[in-house]
Amino acid sequence: MIAIQYLIPELILSTSIFSLLIIGVFIKNSFNIIYRLSTFVIFLLILIIISDNNDSVKIFNKSFILDEFASFSKILILVSSFFVLLMSKKYILDIKNNKFEYPIIILLSILGMFFMVSANDLILFYLGLELQSLSLYILASIDRDNLKSSEAGIKYFVLSALSSGLLLYGCSLLYGFTGSTNFEVIANNTGDLKIGTIFAMIFILVGLAFKVAAVPFHMWTPDVYEGSPTSVTSFFSTVPKIAGIAVFIRFMYSPFYEIIDQWQFILVFISIASMILGAVAAIGQNNIKRLIAYSSIGHIGYAIAGIASGTENGFKSTLTYILIYAAMNIGIFAFVFLMKRKGKYVEEISELSGVSKNHPLTSLSLMIILFSLAGIPPLAGFFAKFYIFMAVVESGMYTLAIVGLVTTVVSAFYYIRIIKIMYFDDPKKPFESFKEYGIYSSLALSCIFLVSFFLYPSIFNGIISNINIF
Amino acid sequence: MIEIGLGHYLTFGAIIFSIGTLGIFVNRKNVIVILMSIELILLAVNINLVAFSIYLQDITGQIFTMFILTVAAAEAAIGLAIIVSYYRNKGSIRVEEINEMKG
Repeated sequence: MIAIQYLIPELILSTSIFSLLIIGVFIKNSFNIIYRLSTFVIFLLILIIISDNNDSVKIFNKSFILDEFASFSKILILVSSFFVLLMSKKYILDIKNNKFEYPIIILLSILGMFFMVSANDLILFYLGLELQSLSLYILASIDRDNLKSSEAGIKYFVLSALSSGLLLYGCSLLYGFTGSTNFEVIANNTGDLKIGTIFAMIFILVGLAFKVAAVPFHMWTPDVYEGSPTSVTSFFSTVPKIAGIAVFIRFMYSPFYEIIDQWQFILVFISIASMILGAVAAIGQNNIKRLIAYSSIGHIGYAIAGIASGTENGFKSTLTYILIYAAMNIGIFAFVFLMKRKGKYVEEISELSGVSKNHPLTSLSLMIILFSLAGIPPLAGFFAKFYIFMAVVESGMYTLAIVGLVTTVVSAFYYIRIIKIMYFDDPKKPFESFKEYGIYSSLALSCIFLVSFFLYPSIFNGIISNINIF
Repeated sequence: MIEIGLGHYLTFGAIIFSIGTLGIFVNRKNVIVILMSIELILLAVNINLVAFSIYLQDITGQIFTMFILTVAAAEAAIGLAIIVSYYRNKGSIRVEEINEMKG
């Protein structure tokens, strides 16, 4: 069997999930050891995927594709989940949610994302997507004695299951009207345009927009982000977004590339709506997790703008954007994990009032991250938006670029409002201090990345420009 | 007698799909009904796939159906588990009372 050797990361991941489950059952109080082992598995997988650089291959009857695009997305998924696990351990222990299943479910959802980003076939894509979503339902409601967490779980379950249903209906129509579930055959058969193919494309777009939380399918995001434990929220806002955007790119550029005229305007609409909502709705928020939810909707809008341009530069700028977005999100959640007073984690923005007096270094890093989210040069967030606008203007969509610029300015308001609260309002009591190197190192690495990106943007641009999807 | 062809099956699937979608949005009473509606949507997809599979003389659609059936079972199990844990905290599963968070 030659094909097996290309599946080594997935095989290692699934066998380690099974063995970790067995270890967890037989050892008492196994949370700590399982957590360490899962983090180690993720670290190992990063090394394995980086080390094997094979050309694009298609295995298992061309249903599984391995190319630079898939490897890049997988590495991004692994690195961000590594940092999420690194910084959320203390929080999980503090809210007494230390069940050994927690890191295993995260590994399972990563396995689902792996299959999603390398799928070249509707069946494999659907199975990967469901493996990921089913794990995420459990994660959202993992704090099962907490009403908010189980409510978040129920809301996420209902809306996400509905969106999976819509997506699946689209898949069935696509299969019927193109005669195959393979992406390449579909791409060849969409040329003679049938009305059924357009219907299928719209249903699939709706499902994908749900998964990445783009307007008008965003309504679950703020509630789920607020309700789930912060450790889960930090995972939700980073890792599934990467996989969702990667699958979005794969669908738009592989099976649907022939009907670009049909989807381009839909994506422009989705992108504009997300950017506007992300900028406007976040202004009135007092809970920092809700604010991050709205801000992530806005950021997804920019990422989709890159895809909407329909060019090669377009999806590459989207990949850069999602890379930088993940770094910024990890940083901002590392700070949220530090917001603890009198043994309780606080989430209100007013609690940040005057923290710069007591915590100068962490406030400085949060300020850098917020400026980067707002897109202020020379931080990485500026370059992310810059590449997107370049690609959009290149393909002549000036409206999209102008709306993007305006919403950037509007959204800068609420990021800078937090900075104002941190630096100029009356100080409250300091946060509890704890020695948790995972959180501090994530915060520091994220800041270093954001600040130093402009020195050598060619490192990442070089990697991304090698990615070819056609 | 009319010949029952692909179009009839697709219409049937579309009707069941619409009932499922409407069931989620119109229903204000019970979360279990939502679970049943989701199940209906997945079954509508299965009808579509099997009809296409026969029409195209291609077995892939029926294999896809098998996968969807298993996934639907897993999804129902997880959904019920979440509903049970919600009921323990809240004491009710009425849809209009799921409003702890708003904004």
